[in-house]
Amino acid sequence: MGHALTPAEKSFRRTEPSRRGGVIATLDPRLRIVAAAFLGVVTVFLSALPALIAALAVSVGMLLISRLPVRRTLKRMAMMDGFILFTLMLLPFTVPGDAIFTLWGFAASWQGLFQAVKIALTANAVILALMVLVGTMEPVTLGHALYAMRCPEVLVHLLMFTIRYIDVLREEYLRLRGAMRVRGFRPSTNLHTYRSLGYMVGMMLVRAVERSERILEAMKCRGFNGRILLLREYGVTRRDYLFAAGLAMLCLGLIAMELTWP
Amino acid sequence: MALIALDDIHFAYPGHDLVLDGASMQLQAGQRLSLIGPNGAGKSTLLRIILGLRKPGSGTVTIFGTERREEADFHEVRCRIGLVFQDPDDQLFCPTVAEDIAFGPLNLGRSRDEALAIVDHVLASLELTHLRDRITHKLSGGEKRLVSLASVLAMEPEVLLLDEPTNALDTRNEARLLEILQSLPQSILLISHNPAFRQALAPEAIVLQDGRLVSV
Repeated sequence: MGHALTPAEKSFRRTEPSRRGGVIATLDPRLRIVAAAFLGVVTVFLSALPALIAALAVSVGMLLISRLPVRRTLKRMAMMDGFILFTLMLLPFTVPGDAIFTLWGFAASWQGLFQAVKIALTANAVILALMVLVGTMEPVTLGHALYAMRCPEVLVHLLMFTIRYIDVLREEYLRLRGAMRVRGFRPSTNLHTYRSLGYMVGMMLVRAVERSERILEAMKCRGFNGRILLLREYGVTRRDYLFAAGLAMLCLGLIAMELTWP
Repeated sequence: MALIALDDIHFAYPGHDLVLDGASMQLQAGQRLSLIGPNGAGKSTLLRIILGLRKPGSGTVTIFGTERREEADFHEVRCRIGLVFQDPDDQLFCPTVAEDIAFGPLNLGRSRDEALAIVDHVLASLELTHLRDRITHKLSGGEKRLVSLASVLAMEPEVLLLDEPTNALDTRNEARLLEILQSLPQSILLISHNPAFRQALAPEAIVLQDGRLVSV
């Protein structure tokens, strides 16, 4: 999302469709969110190995037509795998079944291994689809799309404020860290370091609270009455319908595969 | 009739000494006034009292000829007096520039289309049209300052309160801001530590000293 953008890509309306994301980026953002969710649900429903491999293939196919940098995207996908790696490694040992080998008295089962492979396939197919369809959006566009999809206003505003102020907070953090560094602070394992970092975190919290108060005041000064209206509107085009139809066909195909080829 | 009249205002932040100790001032229609005083003298606090963001301990706040006491009294004040905050990051909270500028007009009850027309008009008059669809937190410091001014001007206020508008601006952007402000018809109450800027925009000055306002 935002961190994948270079500073030069500032105006999202101009840069997003043309430079990044190829065909996918020109689609209606709402459709992309729905498509990712739909594909996710279908993939989670699948349990046969061939169907799961096909689902991953669909995601990889979308990655290719999206013209995202393949290597970097796959690397980010692998980062997610890091989170579930431990669970996957334990699965063969915890699921009972026919033994493959024995490690320190614990038997690894074929059934467990299959389950681990299925979970890995499912997770990677879903995360890749999510990265290609939703991850290519500017966070602001995501907020607008969720708002247009009648998501609870409070949640959308929470997202929008987070997007807006995360950079401001980060800059404040960097300023404080810089100010500490120029006075010779080098973190190490001692009480002085812990205390100083504690002060810094505390100071950031205090400043964040004060800033939020000033923001509310600024909003009140412009007549804020509890509602924020977002201005963007979306229209569904023929391409969107084509994409939706294509994806629905693929999903039906996956389900058919699951049922006929277990 | 004075647009803004403060009379014998006393104010203290909880647990601190009085910041304002019998401050009185008036701003007439068309008047441009500088408010000067040392750091921490209570200049920003005074602006917040005018807009009802702080409640004075005692004294009267009369805006547009009506005494204002309650939060509800100040809604009209805030729609007719524009405050440009010291830090533009406090003011620009919407994701895009167009939405931020439209925020005020929408609160005033304008329709979507009217608000968008105002956005285009204000941006064009400040020659900022190229920033229209930019994301606010990715603007440069000077751009943020000009957009925050635009977001206030979009509400067509009768009075402008400016809190350190030249903060963190380079000379070119400062000159640009001065040129824009000089061309505006509004009455202005200016806080600035920059003598040249004050001289050019609002040479008439009052000093905030020991909690009181003295004209120079």
